[in-house]
This record gives sequence, structure tokens and C-alpha cells, in this order.
Amino acid sequence: MTAPLKDISPAERARSTSFYEASARTRLELLLDAGSFVEFIGPEQREASPHLKIFDLPEQFDDGIIVGHGRLDGSPVFVAAQEGRFMGGAFGEVHGAKLTGLLRAARQIGSIPVLILFDTGGVRLQEANAGELAIAEIMRALMEARSAGVKVIGLIGGRSGCYGGGGLIAGCCSALAVSEPGRIAVSGPEVIETNRGVEEFDSRDRALVWRTMGGKHRRLIGAADVFADDNVQDFREAALELLGLVGPFGLDRLRAEQRRLADRLRSFGGCGDAVDIWTAEGIAHAEAVPELPADQFIALANRIGRTSRDAR
Amino acid sequence: MTLDDIIASLFPDGHEVRNDKGVILGSATLRSGGRMLVLGVADRTALGVDEAIRLSGHVLESIDRDSGPILVLVDSDSQRMSKRDELLGLNEFLAHLAKVLIHADMNGRPTIGLLYGHSAAGALLATGLATRVLVGLPGADPAVMDLPSMAKVTKLSMKALQEKAKSTPVFAPGLSNLAQMGAVHMTWSNARSLADQLEALLAGMPAVQDRRDALGKERGGRLKATEIAERVHDLALQAR
Repeated sequence: MTAPLKDISPAERARSTSFYEASARTRLELLLDAGSFVEFIGPEQREASPHLKIFDLPEQFDDGIIVGHGRLDGSPVFVAAQEGRFMGGAFGEVHGAKLTGLLRAARQIGSIPVLILFDTGGVRLQEANAGELAIAEIMRALMEARSAGVKVIGLIGGRSGCYGGGGLIAGCCSALAVSEPGRIAVSGPEVIETNRGVEEFDSRDRALVWRTMGGKHRRLIGAADVFADDNVQDFREAALELLGLVGPFGLDRLRAEQRRLADRLRSFGGCGDAVDIWTAEGIAHAEAVPELPADQFIALANRIGRTSRDAR
Repeated sequence: MTLDDIIASLFPDGHEVRNDKGVILGSATLRSGGRMLVLGVADRTALGVDEAIRLSGHVLESIDRDSGPILVLVDSDSQRMSKRDELLGLNEFLAHLAKVLIHADMNGRPTIGLLYGHSAAGALLATGLATRVLVGLPGADPAVMDLPSMAKVTKLSMKALQEKAKSTPVFAPGLSNLAQMGAVHMTWSNARSLADQLEALLAGMPAVQDRRDALGKERGGRLKATEIAERVHDLALQAR
């Protein structure tokens, strides 16, 4: 008699799945409790962008974002996951409106948190005006939801990073978890190089990109509160941790954020490179930070202790 | 109109508004009597970390002190595109400014944006698009993305893009395109007193609810956004 095939548990599968490499659908499937996800306006509804055909570009039936409802450790959550492999995860009219609608519902309910799995280059150029405005509407809806007591957690670790207006939406979230390949910025490396020259920013210098915009730098300066290793289980645990930490939003948070950012400007405004900032933070061998494995890096970041908790 | 002309026409009863290296800070007396907090970006200045923190600080300092509405004047470049700004977390500084404006608007300090020159991308999101009512002045030339950059990314000629722009407001620069999308609520006249137009707006300020998607639909510029947002909203309420 042969031994039964040993099923691997969902947690083991999530642990062995790279968040960076996975599709948006796989991320959601493994992030949430098994089988709990229900999508709103799924691809079978064929709600694609009405604008891409103007440019003879292929559409996708979910317009590059999946929104819905599921459970995390038994508790209900709303989720949105961008697909960075479709149009760079960029915000267009339909793509953005799905997230706006989700946040408006969360505000009305008040008690169900929202997880946003960012993976975006920012505004979709082919529908730039609609995409820009969608981002403005999302920021408004997000802050209205937070003001009504909703926790909004951003998870950043995808191929397209979190750029442009995506970076501003991330800045509006209650808290962020980021992995090393998850980059957060407004202007992307190519945009800076195109506008300001290769002397200002060499977009082909990948090490420069990672240490200026990557997850380790964002964690060290306190822009993100949790550093996740690049697997879906780590992001699941980070989301649960952050949901337990986030407190209510109010004016005191904005005042604390003003102090936090002004202090950052005073402390590091004269630094020319991330390594200078890390050195100013008292990190010996700061140039070795990019090579640190996740556990050692997390210990280092916790020792430095910069966080945006209660100050965003 | 120059910034000085605009401020003089808006506030004939006096103001203390200064333009310091492209950062506008101050307050003014409304013709109806009250005070208005004034801030903004002038001279097509790029909005970077140094500018953004002063603007957000100006609003936060006024929260306990004042009670009036808030005006955000906009003639900016895009966000400052630099290594230093990104190193320091420009996304947080711009989001913080937008959050401060949104929070003030939701808590009894109605916000009005006045787009009188250029603006683009992250700078527009953190200023004019974070106000309750965005007003355009004739001659304003916002551009989420300029056509030459778009030509580069889409690999289409400028001529082809200009041809496509005639049939849709969805991507091309310009005030009228943004108005059709619902981003710009109204365009004022240069020929009339700006104070008259400001007082009329303040007297009939729309409710705090964000109706830009519905406005875009009414004007034929964004036909899908409202419907999609409403459907997701309704499904989410059913799912809990």
C-alpha cells in the first residue's frame, strides 16, 4: 500500500511563493484564508477599459485590478490587487473606479479594513486625465474611509513597484508593509533621467534604484512599518500585524506626520545618497545594507526604530 | 493675469499673501467680511519636499487659529524630479499635503483650488485635485502628461496623437479636457471681478461629497467611472 500523497498546507504554499513573481490573482488566493475570496465585477463581466482601443492596444477583462471581499484569519477584509503585468498596473478610468467604489463602501460600513496590494507605474498614459482623476478620487475616498474608522493597509512588493500617483495613495494608507523589491516613489528612474539627465539619475544603475526607492530604504526611514520577506505568507503575516497596530485617524496624526517629515528633512536633507542617510543613522558598514538577509535587516531596522506609527 | 493681478482682484479689501520662491503663503480678507487662508505654488515651480512641507505646515498652523475657507492657487511644474526628493520620500510629503487639505475640507474649512497657470502629475494631485472645488482661469494649461512624452511612450507621432485628441478628452492636455472629465468644476471669467465670482462660489458651496465622477459623466468625458464605482460599492455592501 502506498502512502497517501501529502498535501502541502496553504501556509506552506504561500511561504514558498514569491510575492514579486506571483500574479495578482495568486497573491490574493494565498494571502487570504483558503477559498474565502469573492470578486466584485470579475473578468466574466468584461468591464475592460473603453479607451485602449483608441491606441489599438489589447484590453484585459478586469482592467488590471481585482477587487473583492475575503477573510484574513477568520475576519472579513476588503481587498484590491493590481496586476503589474498588464499596462504596468497603471491607473485608468475603470481600474481606478473599482478601488474608489470599494473604499466608499468600506467607509459606509466603517468596521471592515481594506488591503491594497499595489503594483503600479502610476497613471496610464493612454487615459492620463481619467487616470489622474481616478487617483485623486481614490485619495479622497481613502481619507474619508480612514476618518470613518477604516484601517487601510498597503502591501508593496510587486514587479512594477508603487510609482507616480500610486506612491501618493500609499502615502495616504494607515500603514505599509514593503519587501526589498517593492519600490515606492513618485518619479520613476527613467522619468528622472529623461527630464533631468543621466547625471541626476542613472536609471540603468539598478543598485542606485534599489537603495533610493527600494523597500529597505523605505523601512529604514520609517516610511513603511513592516519589512516583509519576498513571499506571500510573510505579507499575510505583515498585514495581520499591521491591522493589530493601527489606531484611529485624526488631526493629531497629521500633526505628528508634519513633525515626522520635517524632522526627516532636517536630519537628512543634506544627504546625497541613501548610504549617507544610513550612515547618519549610525549604521556601521551602511554600504552592506543591500546585501543583508531579511532577518538581519529586520533586526537592524527595529534597532534604528524609525516608524510612521501614529504619524501618518 | 499675473499672480498679483489675481490676488488683487480676489481680495480688494486687503491681504497678506507672499510669494517666496514660488511658495505662496498668507491670508486675506473676504469681501463678505471673514478671512480666507491662502496658499499655493507660483511661477511654475516644481513641487518638492521643501515646498510641500511649508504648505502643509501653513494649513495645520491655521487649524486652531482660524475658521475660514482655504484657497489653493496653482501655477506649478510637476513634482520635482530629483534624486534628493525621492530619497527623502517625496510621495509621503505630497500625500501629507493632500491629506491635510482633505481633512481641513471635511472639518469645516471648505477648500477651493484656483488653477491659473500650469500644473501636472503629482503636483496637481497634492494641490488642486485635493480641494473640494477646482476652478480654472482662462489661459490655464494643466497637462497630466505632455504630448511629446506621450508620443515617446506610445510610439505614435505628435500628429497622430493630436488627431486622436480631437475625438476624446481622456488623455490630451488642457483645461477644457480636465473640465470634461469632471476634474475642473467651473471656469471663471477674467473680465469680471474675481471677488464677485469667489463670493458667489462661497455662498453656494457644493456639499462635501466627491461628485467628480458624476460630473464627468454629465459632461460626457468619463462615461464608465460612476457606474463602475457604484456597482462595486453595492456589491461590497451586499457581501459583508
